[in-house]
Amino acid sequence: MKKSSTSPSAKTLKKGTGLKGTLNYVVTHWQLYVIFLLPALALTIIFRYIPMGGILIAFQDYNPIRGILGSRWVGLKYFTRFLSSPDFMTYLANTLKLSIYGMLWGFPIPILLAFLLNRIESKGIKKKIQLVLYMPNFVSVIVLCGMVRIFLSVTGPVNLLFGSSINFMTMPEAFRTIYIASGIWQGAGWASIMYTASLSNASQDLREAAIIDGANIFQQIKTVEWPAIKDMVIIQFILQAGNIMSIGFEKAYALQTDLNLGTSEIIATYVYKKGLLDGDYSFSTAVGLFNTVINVILLVAVNKIVARMNEGKGL
Amino acid sequence: MKKKSRFARYSLQDKALLITGYVLLGLFVVAIIIPMIYIVVASFMDPVVLQNKGLTFDFSKWTLTAYERVMSNASIWIGFKNAVIYSLVFTFVSVFVTLLAAYPMSRTDFKGRGFFNVLFVITMFFGGGLIPTYLLISNMGLKNSMWAIILPGAFSVWNMIIARTYYQGIPSELREAAEVDGANEMVYYFKILLPVCTPVIAVLALWQFVGMWNSYFDAMIYLNDAAKQPLQLVLRSILIQNQPESGMISDMQSTAQRAQLAELLKYATIIVSSLPLIVMYPFFQKYFDAGIMAGSVKG
Repeated sequence: MKKSSTSPSAKTLKKGTGLKGTLNYVVTHWQLYVIFLLPALALTIIFRYIPMGGILIAFQDYNPIRGILGSRWVGLKYFTRFLSSPDFMTYLANTLKLSIYGMLWGFPIPILLAFLLNRIESKGIKKKIQLVLYMPNFVSVIVLCGMVRIFLSVTGPVNLLFGSSINFMTMPEAFRTIYIASGIWQGAGWASIMYTASLSNASQDLREAAIIDGANIFQQIKTVEWPAIKDMVIIQFILQAGNIMSIGFEKAYALQTDLNLGTSEIIATYVYKKGLLDGDYSFSTAVGLFNTVINVILLVAVNKIVARMNEGKGL
Repeated sequence: MKKKSRFARYSLQDKALLITGYVLLGLFVVAIIIPMIYIVVASFMDPVVLQNKGLTFDFSKWTLTAYERVMSNASIWIGFKNAVIYSLVFTFVSVFVTLLAAYPMSRTDFKGRGFFNVLFVITMFFGGGLIPTYLLISNMGLKNSMWAIILPGAFSVWNMIIARTYYQGIPSELREAAEVDGANEMVYYFKILLPVCTPVIAVLALWQFVGMWNSYFDAMIYLNDAAKQPLQLVLRSILIQNQPESGMISDMQSTAQRAQLAELLKYATIIVSSLPLIVMYPFFQKYFDAGIMAGSVKG
């Protein structure tokens, strides 16, 4: 097994040293480049790298008719405008609160669900529960938000149940709860899959041994189940914490009403409105760039911190 | 018998903990099901009864009005047709391009692997953002074309990493044997490698299909022509913007009646639009674990 897996690379190593060897490799393996890689490469360059060049308009008074080359350069004008506007702190805080609270509530629940599912001995029951838990993931954002609006409307079932007539969708103080709770309803089951899968793969014999040793449930979780999912939990944590600023547009926009904007206007929806509804291209691009840069910084920082706590193992 | 003995072996404290856990899980399951059942039942209600009394299980009051109106509405069907086309084309293009690219990236002897890897991974964390992408697509003349929503997201780096990890788990003896038999890269890839990758292909295809079916943002900004809008945009005007397609309720005389009917139509619309995926996904469930596990391994 080991021998055979090293032999092809050893073969190519002999041929593949130096510039000539590389050229030789490319010529004999042209299919790998032209047929396999080229489509993905072309899409990446056109739709990912060319727009990166378009970031330049954040530093210009961009005029669509003149184009990037003909527009006037204004330096950091639009960044200053955004950072000094009174809205800046609101939108930044809205974005951060929505994702941080969302993560605090949403991150542990899938792990808890996986632990609970793992304690169900009957395979048939477990499967049926999983079927239900995964189902909301296949409901679209629009349908989910449509359902939320129906349930929370003034004449909707929630108000009918409590005999009240509160219009939740117009309350800025209710928006985050609505957003996060509906997110857990939709996503927690689906997010538990990967934990469930590694728990069921890893732990049966060890757990049996732990039970014979007289370990109680907490001890079993600590010695058997937690180690089985620990790495995955860390990766998920880094990914989520590092993506705090890239909270999506679609759901926030679909849950917005004119009256809850005080908490529901996040940077992503602001970028859309400023850029595509108001046509303020340069300003919108500057705001978007600010968001991306903060996000990259966060990702690197979180990865560093976790790596330090976890004996050098980061992403 | 074995089940019983295992539960009996738990201490009293553990039993209490376990039962609390089961109850919690049960509550979560109930919390998921109840809203769904509510929508299903409400979609059969008479609009007046629904608004005044809520749900009733008096079946004589049930009607199919809402479904008749939703099903006879042209824009829902146009939306359906568009969503099916976009989702199928997107799934095919995306999975094909991604699976192809993952192959050279999975080979340790591939020259330039490190460079291409960096090139791809950067795009996971950094991009031009909304406006530069929008301007590019407009300048390419793709507005109001389905390619505007298909091509930009077709190559997914994340999915490429998943497929690559999956390829790497396949014994290299397979390729050596194929080489000995004189098969070239193409023959090996399509005839030998892909057929043993069904689980990961199924999962990626499902993800991409569901992703495209359920998204609306790209369609909202690129497809302004009503005849090209996918289902989610039609749903958006009915469910979010409260603007039912005019043909659905215009025969009603009073505003109050129209409002009641519009409310009822939301339920039927939700059911009709969500049913295809909800029915389809259990058939893919057996692939979930394989696909997810492949993806969870560090790339």
